[in-house]
Amino acid sequence: MGQFLHEFFSPLHFLRATPAVWNGFLLNLELMLVAEAFVLVLALLLAIVRGLPGRGAAPLRWLAIGYTDLFRGTPLLLVLFLVQGFATLNYVGLSSASLFRNGVIALVLVYTAYVTEVYRAGIESVHPSQRMAARSLGLSYWQALRYVVLPQAIRRVVPPLLNDFIGLQKDTVLVTVIGLTEAIAQANFYSSDYLNFTGLTVTAVFFILLTIPLARFTDHIIKEREKRERAQTV
Amino acid sequence: MSANGHFVSLEGVKKSFGDLEVLHGIDLDVGEHNVVCLIGASGSGKSTLLRCINLLEQIDAGTIVVDGQTITGAKIDVNRLRQKIGIVFQAYNLFPHMTVLQNVTLAPRKALRVPRAQAEGHARALLRQIGLDDKADEFPDRLSGGQQQRVAIVRALATGPKLMLLDEITSALDPQLIGEVLELVRELAQSGMTMIIATHEMSFAREVASKICFLDAGVILEEGTPNEILSSPREERTREFLARVLEGGRL
Repeated sequence: MGQFLHEFFSPLHFLRATPAVWNGFLLNLELMLVAEAFVLVLALLLAIVRGLPGRGAAPLRWLAIGYTDLFRGTPLLLVLFLVQGFATLNYVGLSSASLFRNGVIALVLVYTAYVTEVYRAGIESVHPSQRMAARSLGLSYWQALRYVVLPQAIRRVVPPLLNDFIGLQKDTVLVTVIGLTEAIAQANFYSSDYLNFTGLTVTAVFFILLTIPLARFTDHIIKEREKRERAQTV
Repeated sequence: MSANGHFVSLEGVKKSFGDLEVLHGIDLDVGEHNVVCLIGASGSGKSTLLRCINLLEQIDAGTIVVDGQTITGAKIDVNRLRQKIGIVFQAYNLFPHMTVLQNVTLAPRKALRVPRAQAEGHARALLRQIGLDDKADEFPDRLSGGQQQRVAIVRALATGPKLMLLDEITSALDPQLIGEVLELVRELAQSGMTMIIATHEMSFAREVASKICFLDAGVILEEGTPNEILSSPREERTREFLARVLEGGRL
């Protein structure tokens, strides 16, 4: 027992590992924020493309469906290796030396596929009569989408979006495999240098401390919505 | 006005959903400032007909002329057209994420590009006319069904339409809320608005309609003045329908 506590919960090692792990963790935060910004925008565009009406838009819809199928089905770890490998070819300005950018690209590719489905579910949950009412007033397809469908759709999917955001936040640690020195890499360096695993505990604490407020915020939003909806039925 | 002097003119309008033909060739003329009521059982094609006139449904055959313009032809700007033709639905279909004022000003501001202050002034004036100016900043779910439907009518009026299509707008309302909505429609009729109204309210139809059309299985089986249709219908099917409606009313 004493051995276990010393290996994972040593106060001395906790304090000594913290600065390095914190430095690595800042990289996780940066990856998460940059990737999420791209994901939220790209996924919304893809969801809109997937909902385009008419036969003419069919090829675009298929592309959007193919994209989500492909990247939702491929493990992030594999996508990271693929992007890093592809970058060695130096196509389209990519470089195997730009580790941060390659990491962001892989995270965005995979999470955009998940979040597209979240947005799509939201858009489909808005009753068709809402779009019809908007069109009947003389609003164009895009105006009806922008002012009537999307505001209602996005409001409904905020909780699942936050869930995926938490998932993304944790998955940023995987970039360690292409050589980015993020929190886990730092913790591992520490444990091999000092033969003590407390650095990993420090990492866990950081991630948990980051996730809990987000989770509570999600709960809060769900509760608020329930309250509003209950008020509606009175 | 179209060539034959009617504000709205339908000729041989057909509409199918898949294999099911819902409208089997509808001919209908509506004069300017006239009110035409469509009566008939659920599924007789009343709603579909109104939606076709608003181009929410594409017709398969025939022509529809509104205000001298053949709206079923090619190269029609449907968004422009719909600003001239208001439609109100049974289920109100107000936008729940917007206040009453935002509901009413959305189309004028975004489709007609009216400046915000002007659109809001106009909307508040319209809401004052129906006694709901104090609800302008409420969300629709805070309003009663009757109030919501009146807001929906005002929302449709806000783009200045010349023709109003009302699709069973009192069918979802509690009986005690129907009166206030019909009163608003009555005022619209008196102000000279051209309207086509699908309704189950026979006494209301008798009062406001210049013409009543009985739809049965996708055709206008019989049309005439309220007296002709409601008091001495020629067709057996019309008599049956009216008997059923009146019986329902007694219960």
